[in-house]
Amino acid sequence: MITVTHYLVVAAILFAISVAGMFLNRKNMLLLLMCIELMLLAVNLNFVAFSQYLNDMGGQIFVFFILTVAAAEAAIGLAILVTLFRNRKTINVQNLDSLKG
Amino acid sequence: MMSPFDYAMPEIFLLAAVCVVLLLDIFLTRDLREVTYLAAQASLLATAGVVYTHAFTGNERLVGLGRHYVIDELGGVLKISILLLTMVVFVYARKFLRDQSMWRGEFFVLSLTAVLGMMIMISGYNLLVLYLGLELLALSMYALVAMRRDDGRATEAAMKYFVLGAIASGLLLYGLSMLYGLTGELSIRQIHEYLLGVPDSGANLPLLFTLVFLVAAVAFKFGAMPFHMWLPDVYHGAPTIVTLFLGSVPKIAAFALLMRLLAEGMAPLASGWSQLFLVLGLLSVAGGNLVAIAQTSFKRMLAYSTIAHMGFILLGAMTATHAGYSAAMFYVLVYALTAAGAFGVLVVMGREGFEADSLDDLKGLNERNPWLAFIMLLLLFSMAGIPPTVGFYAKLAVIKAVVDANLVWAAVIMVVMSVAGAYYYLRAIKMMYFDKPEPAPGSGGISVNAETGLDCQIVISLNGVLMLVLGVFPGLLMGVCSMALQASSL
Repeated sequence: MITVTHYLVVAAILFAISVAGMFLNRKNMLLLLMCIELMLLAVNLNFVAFSQYLNDMGGQIFVFFILTVAAAEAAIGLAILVTLFRNRKTINVQNLDSLKG
Repeated sequence: MMSPFDYAMPEIFLLAAVCVVLLLDIFLTRDLREVTYLAAQASLLATAGVVYTHAFTGNERLVGLGRHYVIDELGGVLKISILLLTMVVFVYARKFLRDQSMWRGEFFVLSLTAVLGMMIMISGYNLLVLYLGLELLALSMYALVAMRRDDGRATEAAMKYFVLGAIASGLLLYGLSMLYGLTGELSIRQIHEYLLGVPDSGANLPLLFTLVFLVAAVAFKFGAMPFHMWLPDVYHGAPTIVTLFLGSVPKIAAFALLMRLLAEGMAPLASGWSQLFLVLGLLSVAGGNLVAIAQTSFKRMLAYSTIAHMGFILLGAMTATHAGYSAAMFYVLVYALTAAGAFGVLVVMGREGFEADSLDDLKGLNERNPWLAFIMLLLLFSMAGIPPTVGFYAKLAVIKAVVDANLVWAAVIMVVMSVAGAYYYLRAIKMMYFDKPEPAPGSGGISVNAETGLDCQIVISLNGVLMLVLGVFPGLLMGVCSMALQASSL
């Protein structure tokens, strides 16, 4: 029997993977954007599981909004990535070091 | 009897106005861009009027729109301050965008959507609405920071801001999902009532787990240490006018988020989050002030000083008392005004193709423009907390609230660190008054800004004089803050 706990554990693992991915990744900016998406999806899984468990529609509606916002966020993130590539000719995370102090 | 949409009337009005400004801008040629500017200013002013008629009806707080939305005096005060401050920002923007050949309508439209997001955040009474307001603000801000597309530093700042901001939203969402799962509710009021019924909620492990995520996300939005990584880079890399906007107005919205989500919704868990804020606040006050000493860029120095100021706000809110919340609200309003003024001086000092940024640019300002130097003196005094400027009273109120909460040792750290902070503010003042101006290469000495418009001059003068006036009569603003919070029984 798969209970709500199982879903929560899976979501927590996904969330942890996405956070670890962001901090371990030293190469590619695109991987960061993927990790951000994964983070939001982990939260979505949480919401859907709770929504089913509580028998309440609120959580599922929340998920719809998160999905929409995630799409807008990805659009802006990729747009910034494109301008960054035009200016720097690279999307390597380690080259983002002109601002420091 | 109010119709459901009356609750959100200011926001609906502003949304319509944003669409009008956006459409108007498309059909205007470059010479007529002034119209976009005036339309943006007019929409802000009109929205402030609508807020005024809706929020101060003398009623108790009204919760409507399917319990998603709240109208109260707290929201009214915060919204009107945001709208008026944004008008000030736009006055500076007019000069800055022209000087830097960025005179396009996008700045105004994106700022207006950011303001809309902030207003939704302030009035949101439901986790979903709070989140949507926050995202609307954040997404507009990412785009604003990246507005100068051919500038490598600005795009780098935007990328860092975007990634860290997205992590913050992720943390917030994870916390919200856990909160939803534990309480089964999305409405702030219902969550509050549920938490009241939980026995010994301060030791409830799942609730504390949730709380850590929410506090981390709020601290991220404030830019408190150790969640401050984005702040100096974004302040430094973004065009000065965006830094001016980002560094002043959204702090008020972050305060509203703190009030709605933690102070109101999770009041029964106050013992949990106030401990976290105590640590975050002290770290910010100490770290921000100490690191700011080592900076050579003025914008970067102000970024670290922001971190220290945010620490004060968190420490005021940490006490979870009426006096503490009032002090924090007073502080955030005063800080937003001061920051707008300090970056405003930088904007006024800039000229065509030149953006003042380094501390050295301040050297000899008194010789070039004594009035501007005096305004900057007042603003820096206020930030350092030197009487009779208002910053002194703001710091005093927070420290008093902390002492009343029996945390004298924390108050001592705050005072000591403020003294350390006074060093770099006074150093900047010394540079303005006692150092010789450094001639910029090729320009034959920095000229006096004769071409600064009258509107800019008036606004910056008012801003500086307000530091003094509010400092002499702090009771007025403090009374407003206290009454607004009282009406929301905070």
